[in-house]
Amino acid sequence: MAEIDLNNPEIDVPAELKQQIAVTTLDRIYNWSRSNSLWPMMFGLACCAIEMICTAASRYDLSRFGMEVMRPSPRQADVMIVSGTVTKKMVPQIVRLYNQMSEPKYVIAMGACASGGGPFKEGYNVVPGVDKFIPVDVYVAGCPPTPQALLHGLIILQKKIEGEHIPDTRWYKKCVVEAIPIPILGPDIIDPRHFELIKEETHKPLPVVEEVVEGGETA
Amino acid sequence: MSDQIVIHPLYAKLLEKFPESVVMDERQGFSGIVVQAITLLEVVKELRDNLGYDYLSSVTAVDDFPEERLEVIYHLFKSIGGAPVEIKVFLEREEPVVPSLTPMYPGAELQEREVWDLYGIRFDDHPDLRRILLWEGFEGFPLRKDWKEPLYEEDTKPFKSRWPEGKGERKELLNPYKDNVQYPREFDPNTLSGDVDQAMYKSLEYSDDPNSRVLQTDQMVVNIGPQHPSTHGVFRMTVVMEGETIVNLKPVVGYLHRNHEKIGERNTWLQNMPYTDRLDYLAPMSNNFGYAITVEKLMGIVPTERAEYIRVMMAELTRIASHTMTTGFLLNDLGAYFTPALYALEERELILDIFEEVAGSRMMVNYFRFGGVVRDVSPEVLKKIRHLVYNRLPRKIDELDKYISANEIVRIRCEGVGVLTADDAIAFSTTGPNLRASGVPYDVRRADPYSIYESLDFDVCTRDHGDVFDRYRVRIDEIHQSIRILKQVLDRIPEGPIMAGKPQYVAKVPAGEAYGRVEGPRGELGFYVVSDGKPNPKRYHVRAPSFINLTSLAQMCKGAKVADAVTILGAVDIVLGEVDR
Ligand code: SF4
Repeated sequence: MAEIDLNNPEIDVPAELKQQIAVTTLDRIYNWSRSNSLWPMMFGLACCAIEMICTAASRYDLSRFGMEVMRPSPRQADVMIVSGTVTKKMVPQIVRLYNQMSEPKYVIAMGACASGGGPFKEGYNVVPGVDKFIPVDVYVAGCPPTPQALLHGLIILQKKIEGEHIPDTRWYKKCVVEAIPIPILGPDIIDPRHFELIKEETHKPLPVVEEVVEGGETA
Repeated sequence: MSDQIVIHPLYAKLLEKFPESVVMDERQGFSGIVVQAITLLEVVKELRDNLGYDYLSSVTAVDDFPEERLEVIYHLFKSIGGAPVEIKVFLEREEPVVPSLTPMYPGAELQEREVWDLYGIRFDDHPDLRRILLWEGFEGFPLRKDWKEPLYEEDTKPFKSRWPEGKGERKELLNPYKDNVQYPREFDPNTLSGDVDQAMYKSLEYSDDPNSRVLQTDQMVVNIGPQHPSTHGVFRMTVVMEGETIVNLKPVVGYLHRNHEKIGERNTWLQNMPYTDRLDYLAPMSNNFGYAITVEKLMGIVPTERAEYIRVMMAELTRIASHTMTTGFLLNDLGAYFTPALYALEERELILDIFEEVAGSRMMVNYFRFGGVVRDVSPEVLKKIRHLVYNRLPRKIDELDKYISANEIVRIRCEGVGVLTADDAIAFSTTGPNLRASGVPYDVRRADPYSIYESLDFDVCTRDHGDVFDRYRVRIDEIHQSIRILKQVLDRIPEGPIMAGKPQYVAKVPAGEAYGRVEGPRGELGFYVVSDGKPNPKRYHVRAPSFINLTSLAQMCKGAKVADAVTILGAVDIVLGEVDR
């Protein structure tokens, strides 16, 4: 509620003008309009995508919240709903799509898989959570989350947007925000931010424990 | 099961014909014949040309580690129905090579690539042997038993760290990268090219014949997907075009490879049941069905009668839900953006309500158990189903059908597009509505009956043109047949228990192998499992119908326009969870 108070300046409007004049702040009107016209990216990964489609369909009807305009192009979308298991083979594309979205941009991790790997976490081709690569705003629990849960997640995101304050939000600052480096497919998925760590680890001498075992055998 | 091995007359014939190189697999619980790699082609040729086994259903492998042996397993069927013939080839674990069956059965192409990808078995004379689910350059062959994933804990579940001690330690915190990754020793990321698609582009050039060109124009390579609204998920096709016409096409899959099989071999038998829901997530009940009957075969238990009826009821409801959805989304692909899909989804929601009521979840039902189902259906649910079946679905399906079938644009876009002849359809191991739309009356429910289908009255729907329109028609016809089945099931469903014997939390599965298959909405869904008597499967393989249906995609798309390729793909009806597993 704190944000809402902040956005309600205490200026008295004469009673006879109450119908004609509303006083608000730039933050409030701007966030209000943005949060009610979020355009999600039409982007399905796995089983959760089916529930996302159901959310958009007539029974649950996403458009009641101003979000029915699913855009297939990342350039026109405000929010990326990562709906499903993120695999190592797919993650370069997801990061690329995220980079292509224009700011302000938000990410919803829908379902157990996108949030943390879910039932497939230990799989060799699975990224345990999309937040390993891109920042996530809202996590929606469930496998798959019901349409109601996804709607709840989207409403939470709207609340988050309504609390934003233009001067201290990342994308209104002057500094350039670097794009997220695209992961590379090598012997395994490689995050370019970890090049040094990988090099260091793979060139470490073998752990001592194994040498002891070998020594024991020869002795 | 008797101890005495009775040799099937067919196997006897083969033993007689190839006395040197064919032997029976005589291990307890196993069947089939073992063929030497050098004579494989001869034996298979005999089976195909003289004995009528014209349909190669599944190709897979088993790792016998710690024995130094890999097995390649083939299941062949007759397209007129009947039981399979199972062929095995034993190979050394070092440098395993086996002749490719792709020249004989083009339907083996993607499956052999999968075996190469996951087991490292090389197929001689394969036209395009590349990794398929993973990418070129991936380290190791993950389904080999001695290959360990980065978050490896133990060979089998339940992991001791979680149960019974229950002091879970997060495995990734022990990993030096704090993540689900591992790299070979001495690996230097700076030396990486990162170009994993080179081999694929090269293979496209190879298969393109310059003499066939009508116009001397430049050819162009276009990638559609993996993020594209018309590919139904994360599927990618690489298309070589001349103008607007497709000259060659390669499906690129694996963007949703979630390692079902590796995880499935660590899970206990029962733990795999919820995972099967996530294979073909538009038809979870059918997946449960397939897995349950396969393991039941191995355990030698028979579900109770009421359970059988409930199973069939759920499987047919799933088929209706899945086919309506496919029909709706086919219209999406044709450009009728989302409105027809809304009609389709409306019916699906009603069916999902029933699933939610009986199983507790809309999509991931986890409803079947070995020997029955987990919860009974209440009289109210039966009433709801009865209402759907008698009063709502037939009317609504007719309505949908009327709008679509009489629509001029739909007919022009669909008729004569993506034609697959009956011979090709069989050769490419196509299954399900795609096969029947080409005029082959092959439906596992009739060809190799399981559960109570033998006693039910329904028709196998076929059409003759093998084009997109017929695939759509077959689906609509099948919905009507499913309604017919449901009516019979509702009238006959008996009272009684829903589980055979006591519910078991740890299924005891004797050593042996089993191949079970059901007719899912997308076709023959097969499970091949091998048990060594332990609480978890030694091998758990899914013969995914939509993965194998993709083999013929290039054939159907050649000569078509790009916009048609989207429609053809929509009519093939892939579900990526199953394609990539
Ligand atoms: S969270 Fe569950 S439903 Fe969603 S993608 Fe993962 S497995 Fe599928």
